[in-house]
Amino acid sequence: MELKGRIIFKGVAEGEALTTSQPISFYGGVDPDTGVIIEKGHELEGKEVKGKILVFPNGKGSTVGSYTLYRMKKNDTAPVGIINKECETVVAVGVIISDIPCIDKIDISKIETGDIVKLENDMVRTRK
Amino acid sequence: MHLTKEEEKMLDGKEGYAVKKSMEILVALGDIYGAESLISVGSVQVAGVSYHNLGDAGLEYLNELARDGKVKVLTTLNPAGMDLEDWKKLGISEEFAEKQNLVIDAFRKMGIIISCTCTPYLIGSLPTYGEHVAWSESSAVTFANSIIGAKTNREGGPSALAAAFVGKTPSYGLHLEENRVPDAHVDVRVNLKKLSDWGALGYCIGKKAGNKIPYITGIKAADLDELKSFCASVVTYGSKPLFFMKGITPGSEKHQLPKEKIIIEDGDIKEAYESINDDVDAIDFVCVGCPHCSIKEVAEVARLLKNRRVSLNTEFWVATSRSMKQLADERGYTKIIEDAGGKVVCDTCMAVAPLKGRFKSVATTSAKGCYYSRHNDMKTKLGSLEKCIEVAVRGKWS
Repeated sequence: MELKGRIIFKGVAEGEALTTSQPISFYGGVDPDTGVIIEKGHELEGKEVKGKILVFPNGKGSTVGSYTLYRMKKNDTAPVGIINKECETVVAVGVIISDIPCIDKIDISKIETGDIVKLENDMVRTRK
Repeated sequence: MHLTKEEEKMLDGKEGYAVKKSMEILVALGDIYGAESLISVGSVQVAGVSYHNLGDAGLEYLNELARDGKVKVLTTLNPAGMDLEDWKKLGISEEFAEKQNLVIDAFRKMGIIISCTCTPYLIGSLPTYGEHVAWSESSAVTFANSIIGAKTNREGGPSALAAAFVGKTPSYGLHLEENRVPDAHVDVRVNLKKLSDWGALGYCIGKKAGNKIPYITGIKAADLDELKSFCASVVTYGSKPLFFMKGITPGSEKHQLPKEKIIIEDGDIKEAYESINDDVDAIDFVCVGCPHCSIKEVAEVARLLKNRRVSLNTEFWVATSRSMKQLADERGYTKIIEDAGGKVVCDTCMAVAPLKGRFKSVATTSAKGCYYSRHNDMKTKLGSLEKCIEVAVRGKWS
């Protein structure tokens, strides 16, 4: 399947999708040392985002979250790519300073956890 | 977003790495929010200074920018995680101090004023009415928009730095008149008596107006310290960093009263205090100065504390900017406070210093301070300045 979106940070990335319909707060919600989602009650709580194409509607929470994404990239715990429904500033600034390819304006309900996803500029290609 | 030839060159890297990275951030934000162009800003306030929040990776990011990045406009800094000169008195570890100083060195190299305060408007970065600025620090953003009538979005650390290196920010959100229209009428029918009442009022309006821009009526008079405290509280407990206060906010008279009406009465203020105040009596930390104390507030503390003695069980902080402390030193206020066993603390504050695990309970004049202290696992008490001084002397609330 091919989906066309909007480039937030340009690049190529491929990996297994980890998908949620809930927003993610990187500051306080993800452990930058392990890349594990730690927000209590989040549907991805306990899941590792490292090496994944992380698919979620939008970011939330403190603007310090941009620096958290950068810490994850440096710690090698970051997702290889990010797909959003509607990217907001915390994630947008985070992916730019961390060089993580990111696309938004994608119907994320079409991507399931475990799909193999490739990001290339403004295109998302998925296979089961 | 439309870019000028000069801006295109910056994006292509003709002015170096820091400017290129900054342009990437500004262009992405501009595209996300549908900005038509970049606009020049008069000043920048940068948050994300405490090593506690940045970590080694954040420090590394700042060092990369500092290699060739120089700010193009007046740029000031938010509080750090410690008093930069006298961190030992605050119980800060050597290791933390060393890292915090490296963070400050990076900002200094960029040409940023090491002001380390949340009140840039008190130390020489005072925008004018209608001026576009790019500020972070939610209380200062709210003050700039609502008390001065300047125009700024609520920037994060990296986007504020980007604006400083380029001297511009994308024109969207609160930079545009069409987004600066009040949509809830808040009628305050309360007699506000003490400083902490303004924090409690901010709590009520923040909670009730939610994502609306309030048009506040019923405030008869307000001084700088009251407004500074209100700005910090309303944005902490609500979200939009803009309100209009009749008779206070420049330009408020040109707006019509919104139809949606919210009334604040004595019972609401009482509820705010009940919600903020925990059931605790022994107080081991008292802090005033969130936002940082003005010189008038430091003078008031000195007057109340003269010839008295802070309890041995209690740590007492008067948090302020280094500029205010220099004035306080000259007037002898610092000596009075220190002779009483209190500490005049600069460059940092109760919201960003690494305080978790150090204190069990805090008494403060600041509703915002209570919010952040709960994140640091402290029980909280909100009270007047007179009350907080009494608590510091007695070591307990009652």
